[in-house]
Amino acid sequence: MKTLTTLFRNNIREYGMLIALIAIMVFFQFQTGGILFKPVNITNLVLQNSYVITMALGMLLIIVSGWIDLSVGSVVAVVGALAGVLIVRYHLDWVVTVAICLLVGAAIGAFQGYWVAYLKIPAFIVTLAGMLIFRGLTFVLLQGESVGPFPRGFQNISSGFIPDIFNGSLNGKPFHVTTILIGVLLSIILVVVDMRARKNQQKYGFEVTPFYFSIVKNVVITAAVMGLCYLMASYKGLPNVLVLLFVLITGYAFVTSTTTIGRRIFAMGGNEKAARLSGVNTPRLLFYTFVNMGVLAALAGLIVAARLNSSTPNAGDGMELDVIAACFIGGASASGGIGTVIGAVVGAFMIGVLNNGMSIMGLGIDWQKVVKGVVLLVAVLFDVYNKNKSS
Amino acid sequence: MSDAILEMRNITKTFPGVKALDNVSFSVRQGEIHALVGENGAGKSTLMNVLSGIYPHSSYSGEIYFQGKECRFQNIHDSEKVGLVIIHQELALVPFLSIAENLFLGNERAKNGVIDWNESFSKTKELLDRVGLYELPSTLITDMGVGKQQLVEIAKALAKKVKLLILDEPTASLNDNDSEKLLELLLQFKANGISSILISHKLSEVNKVADSITILRDGATIETLDCKKDNITEDRIIRGMVGRDLTHRFPPREKNIGEVVFEIRDWNVYHPLHEDRKVSNNINIKVRRGEVIGLSGLMGAGRTELGMSIFGRAYGTRISGTAYKHGKEIDISTIDKAISNGIAYATEDRKAYGLVLIQEIKNNITLANLEAISDGGVVINEPKEMTITSQYRDKLNIKCSSIRQLAVNLSGGNQQKVVLSKWLFANPDILILDEPTRGIDVGAKYEIYTIINRLASEGKAIIFISSELPEILGVCDRIYVMREGKIVGEMPASEASQEKVMKYIMTQTQQEVVEQ
Repeated sequence: MKTLTTLFRNNIREYGMLIALIAIMVFFQFQTGGILFKPVNITNLVLQNSYVITMALGMLLIIVSGWIDLSVGSVVAVVGALAGVLIVRYHLDWVVTVAICLLVGAAIGAFQGYWVAYLKIPAFIVTLAGMLIFRGLTFVLLQGESVGPFPRGFQNISSGFIPDIFNGSLNGKPFHVTTILIGVLLSIILVVVDMRARKNQQKYGFEVTPFYFSIVKNVVITAAVMGLCYLMASYKGLPNVLVLLFVLITGYAFVTSTTTIGRRIFAMGGNEKAARLSGVNTPRLLFYTFVNMGVLAALAGLIVAARLNSSTPNAGDGMELDVIAACFIGGASASGGIGTVIGAVVGAFMIGVLNNGMSIMGLGIDWQKVVKGVVLLVAVLFDVYNKNKSS
Repeated sequence: MSDAILEMRNITKTFPGVKALDNVSFSVRQGEIHALVGENGAGKSTLMNVLSGIYPHSSYSGEIYFQGKECRFQNIHDSEKVGLVIIHQELALVPFLSIAENLFLGNERAKNGVIDWNESFSKTKELLDRVGLYELPSTLITDMGVGKQQLVEIAKALAKKVKLLILDEPTASLNDNDSEKLLELLLQFKANGISSILISHKLSEVNKVADSITILRDGATIETLDCKKDNITEDRIIRGMVGRDLTHRFPPREKNIGEVVFEIRDWNVYHPLHEDRKVSNNINIKVRRGEVIGLSGLMGAGRTELGMSIFGRAYGTRISGTAYKHGKEIDISTIDKAISNGIAYATEDRKAYGLVLIQEIKNNITLANLEAISDGGVVINEPKEMTITSQYRDKLNIKCSSIRQLAVNLSGGNQQKVVLSKWLFANPDILILDEPTRGIDVGAKYEIYTIINRLASEGKAIIFISSELPEILGVCDRIYVMREGKIVGEMPASEASQEKVMKYIMTQTQQEVVEQ
């Protein structure tokens, strides 16, 4: 049991976050009279927060690099506007439009990244300027009015579900068998990957967690995956957005934790000069970090537009704050070099659950902001307290 | 001991799991300079923190008497009130404020919150005269060198009516000239009745100015030497510090010097901000296989600038000149290219430039050669990384609880070994070591010298930059002397002596003065 407590102590940040998230979910489950965990609400929760999570992935890398991006809310708007104008006014094919929009996002990121990485202007200033510029351009593009509606295909980016190839049903109601199958497949993959990693560690003679702990961990994860899939299957199945999110989160978690490029980003954020003197091309790396953010912000912009089924001048207003808050709640350090993708995702879910739960309870938007602010402060306090205790 | 200005009796201070000070007694006589020496981690700083109230009275056991009265300091203000001022190694000045503003920070010459600038400036001038610093009181701290900043710190102590001045490694970042000046000042204070405690790793200066020397080892007082009575040599002090005779301060090396590996010709570098100022002026140096060459000179002579400019133009602008490896011209225009051409540069400032302090030891060691521990050059193979970095830990004797410990929690000597490991793992042929032993204790220095020797005998070419002449003489095969961006002398170590090297540095300076 000793290893278990040390394991917990060493990972108190991650486990603490998860426990807090679960506690909040349970709290709202009771407060809302069981609405929170209803399949339709879970689906809504995912859809509503997909853009915050998408952008949190990019923002995490920026924050780990030691900077910040205030412009993402405006980039969401300008890309959404561009999509609206191209599809509705110019009748361009939506697939082509999506490609153009992502490229524009990359260009926006490159523009801001150039100012930060090569001209050495602090990102706070550059992206504050970007926030104004791109919001302004949104109004120019849309001429101050909303543009819509979008064709079905485009809408499906955010409001579609993966098709059920089995046309399944359960107790007379439609039941999405494909979703369950994907869940099973995913669970198997997760267990196999975990076991292989464990074996690899043993092969090199490193301490591993006790076997029973591995089993418990895998059972919990499998239960969570299957539970979620079951809930989804009894509604309309897996939303397209959730599949997209899953791919993105896995990809970014992998890149940040186990590739050379991830290692270099963390080194750059921890000590830019030391990283540069170790042969890391830090300006180029920072530049691409901003390009990446631009692409993800563009993707979020498309999801927002598809979900609202129109491009509006005020889309994404204030969204940058939710995204940044998600990263900090998730344990990222404002001075750079520290943070995890999973933390940022859990942070984003935390904000999402708070938004969703409080809305269902009928709490006004005014008090919602107060609560979110307090949660952000408490989470960071928890971090600082832990850090002081361990040193 | 009736003339003692300070007596600390039976001080014991424990941190969780460690007894940092064990029943330490320490006393300073009125009007003396008392040196406090010991290896890193011997407890010098802890003792001074206890004395100055950084650790409040309740957190340790033992008694402190200052001028005969028992003191129970709760914080640093209490100790300053009675005339005890500590000057830390890292200076505590606000860079973008003037000298006058810094001197009276928290102690402003003001009426009802409105600063009386006339009084501030005239008082500042008075204090600056006393420390021999001739600068305008309105000069910003950031515009002055470290040596002058140190003097401002001392003037600040004078402003607080100091009776006992504590200096923690005051000359660590000063050149010989400024160090000399500072020590003179201490002697002058002594004549005026101000006592000092001097913490220093530089035994030559301890020997020069101290009246008594107290040696700490492993949190306990070993002995107090009286410099007037006994004839104290540096070796005598070292013996007390390490608890054994270091008969050889520099380990011997079997010399096996081969052909020229690396050479730079007509190397010119300009200052990055003042673009008309040359920091490297027409430099030609070469280094052979298995050879250690030394770059000697005063601080600001352009040694670091030269080293960094060679390393992928990490410093300076308008760099011209050519570099050759094994007689063939190589491209070292970026750090990346320099590394792939087998050049490594271990920085003089390991905290700011050498390490990612908030990361694990292993991440620091592999940072310059990540491809080597990655599958396909992209995906990091962590078990492999752990295995390899553990080997370096054992080979270089890095003392740590785990290879996953954060670099910030290591002592200076062990941090330096991590920096060295990083560059050894990058497997260079030419290794530029910039002040690799700065601020680390005698034992760790010996280990670093041993590592340098081993590398040289493995056939690497080493460029060794140091401000400490004995070290240059003890480690190098050949010595270049630099002054104001130029090479002003070159000699084999066998023909060199401290006096000879100093003469190259100093006489040239005097010539220059005459010329002007």
